[in-house]
Amino acid sequence: MARMKFLCDAERCIECNGCVTACKNENEVPWGVNRRRVVTINDGVVGAEKSISVACMHCSDAPCMAVCPVDCFYRTDDGVVLHDKDLCIGCGYCFYACPFGAPQFPQAGAFGLRGKMDKCTFCAGGPEADKSEAEFKKYGRNRLAEGKLPACAEMCSTKALLGGDGDVISDIYRERVVRRGNKGAEAWGWGSAYGQPPKAGTPAAPGAAPAPAGGKS
Amino acid sequence: MTRRRGTLAVAAGALVLLAGCMEVEQTATAKQPGQTVRRDTAAWNNEPLANGPKWTKGNRVSWEEQIKKRQLAQSENLRIYQ
Repeated sequence: MARMKFLCDAERCIECNGCVTACKNENEVPWGVNRRRVVTINDGVVGAEKSISVACMHCSDAPCMAVCPVDCFYRTDDGVVLHDKDLCIGCGYCFYACPFGAPQFPQAGAFGLRGKMDKCTFCAGGPEADKSEAEFKKYGRNRLAEGKLPACAEMCSTKALLGGDGDVISDIYRERVVRRGNKGAEAWGWGSAYGQPPKAGTPAAPGAAPAPAGGKS
Repeated sequence: MTRRRGTLAVAAGALVLLAGCMEVEQTATAKQPGQTVRRDTAAWNNEPLANGPKWTKGNRVSWEEQIKKRQLAQSENLRIYQ
């Protein structure tokens, strides 16, 4: 059984916010709601700046599910954590419980009242009929029902953001780290993220990408 | 002056009415005792799109196979170099 997860490679993320835009566009997320966002630490510090794309991590033991007073959350067979907006009362408990700040609350109506919770659905829609207008309106597009992965991961230009079965994407990430093959302060920059030039006297790793000219390493 | 105030009051009233019309449906449906939360239809129980990835409707294994291919395509080491 697949367990759908996101994994963001901080060495590759270039803070382009393409994932945020893809999510907004694909799901027609309203103003003031960001299902996904890019967080940067050490902004502007050369060599120490890191960015990571954050959304609902679809926890295996989700705290939002545990604290919801109306029990509106459920987990699909693929491990995606979803919720029923018809049951949600917009109390905000899930927001306080979530370590990633994933639950979002739109300003509903003209007087800025807090609306029902909205969050990343792993592009899996909600409990409404799959690919229906009601589902799209409440939860966004159901790409899993179209045999696709979430738009944010598929749109990521550097493939920093990986989405899919936890085992598969962690294998991809592990392989990348092994190929990078360096540690500490050197584990930064273009060369680290996309491959090192072969050292003199040592054969290149099978399938290793040649380092681009002028790239940092 | 009085006329101006009247006009302003009418405009404000119209604005409130208009704002009311713009309210998004936020009705909560109370869960009945013993009722469990509604669940989603499984992704593999959908008909694939005409121009999208292909699987057999209702066959979980075929859906998982095609989605795994898509997941592996995120690795350029597999997609480009091999």
